[in-house]
Amino acid sequence: MTPFSYQRAVSSGAAVAAGTLQQARFIAGGTNLVDLMRQNVEAPASLIDVTDLPDSIEEKPDGSLVIGAAARNSTVAAHPVVRAHYPMLSRALLSGASAQIRNMATIGGNILQRTRCAYFYDVAGARCNKRQPGAGCDAIGGFNRYHAILGTSGSCIATHPSDMCVALAALDAVVHLQGPDGARSVPLNDFHRLPGAAPQIETVLRDGELITAVEIAPSAAAEHSAYRKVRDRSSYAFALVSVAAGLDIQDGKIVDARIALGGVAAKPWRATTAEESLRGQTVSIERFRAAAEAELASATSFGDNDFKIELARRTIVAVLGELAGTTESGVEA
Amino acid sequence: MAIVINGTPYPPPDDPRVSLVDFLREELGLTGTKLGCNQGGCGACTVIIDGKRVLSCLTFAVQADGREVRTIESLGADNTALHPLQQAFIDHDGFQCGYCTPGQICSAIAMADELRRGEPSYITSDLAAGPNGDLRQEIRERMSGNLCRCGAHNGIVDAIESMLTAAETAKKTGVAA
Repeated sequence: MTPFSYQRAVSSGAAVAAGTLQQARFIAGGTNLVDLMRQNVEAPASLIDVTDLPDSIEEKPDGSLVIGAAARNSTVAAHPVVRAHYPMLSRALLSGASAQIRNMATIGGNILQRTRCAYFYDVAGARCNKRQPGAGCDAIGGFNRYHAILGTSGSCIATHPSDMCVALAALDAVVHLQGPDGARSVPLNDFHRLPGAAPQIETVLRDGELITAVEIAPSAAAEHSAYRKVRDRSSYAFALVSVAAGLDIQDGKIVDARIALGGVAAKPWRATTAEESLRGQTVSIERFRAAAEAELASATSFGDNDFKIELARRTIVAVLGELAGTTESGVEA
Repeated sequence: MAIVINGTPYPPPDDPRVSLVDFLREELGLTGTKLGCNQGGCGACTVIIDGKRVLSCLTFAVQADGREVRTIESLGADNTALHPLQQAFIDHDGFQCGYCTPGQICSAIAMADELRRGEPSYITSDLAAGPNGDLRQEIRERMSGNLCRCGAHNGIVDAIESMLTAAETAKKTGVAA
């Protein structure tokens, strides 16, 4: 591991000031960054530990929930307000990694975790445009069972590995940032970038900017929501496909639908096409299936991950059916 | 500042690259904690920091400065008696080679606290109410971050279940386990 200096920040302002050092990186749980440093994918010259920055979870007078970026995944998942009013977020967090890693990982770090594409990690043996722009992509034409089917480009087919971000995308979360030029906020759905010709640029974060908090507004769809993760083993594995969804149904009609997909793109994939096709419609499995078809119409696959397109369709239909109490044979509840 | 390990303060290492597991084993001689995959995949290096189970291979020792670390060496009175969970692992054949065992035990002890606090897991059906279903399934889900390559998982689940059941019985009858 390349030598680095280490310091602990006592405030967001101090962290941002220290973050202007050459090749500085913020570290919190370290569950991804330490690994990347060992693999020589990342070689920061200095680490700014932001573990001691605000980690509170507070409800504002307008009802929205503000989660400090240093809050641990496990703390957020177990918080009574999250469990009661944002079940998809709690469930998504609980589906991620292991209990030990959830105790370490933070909300801010989770948003910034990098892809688990094996070629991205293989510094000595693989080409990767994300790691070395212009080098080429060995995942295309390689082992790509875990790779993306939506929003891909000829330069990168990696996925974003977070479960939490899938729920945050469906919940229209807002990411609060502080940087050398001041504070600003970015909707989570605009935070991550699709690869295009520059897969090395993964977010809209500017140099030296720090995530300070995440804010979520309450909604009827959030109250009635779920998260389902489909993976190769039933625990402690990254998603092949995951679905975060919430429905607001009144008098048999869908007033609001929130749907986001994980494991399918370089960013948490907000399924706006499916959502729009459902709004104002009556509840039925046929409608859910049509919505899933519409969302996946633009999907492309790369061989090993061909199955993901159908898996994503079926998982969307299953989760929406469960939320609506509807199955193939008709309305159950 | 100092890293407090099993109640004793130690100065953190000068080189920030030293992981907590290497610091425990190589610099302090506390070899109970085991290094497995060194990438957060196996759970062999699990220790308890400020009451929470974490991975010491993905923690730089300097990050533990000012915090309280608990390792397998802290269990059992005066290093002579076994902790009830250590005895349960023996009684239920919860290991073969024993390499993953310190991590399994540290993990399970912190897991028992999580259950006591009513924290849900991914398989808990009612998130708001907390765990109240099949205890074995809850243990399996909650212990998925600790792998055993000998395949002693059934014995491990038996051992943890017996400890939790004994603690529950003791609570109901008012007799200390």
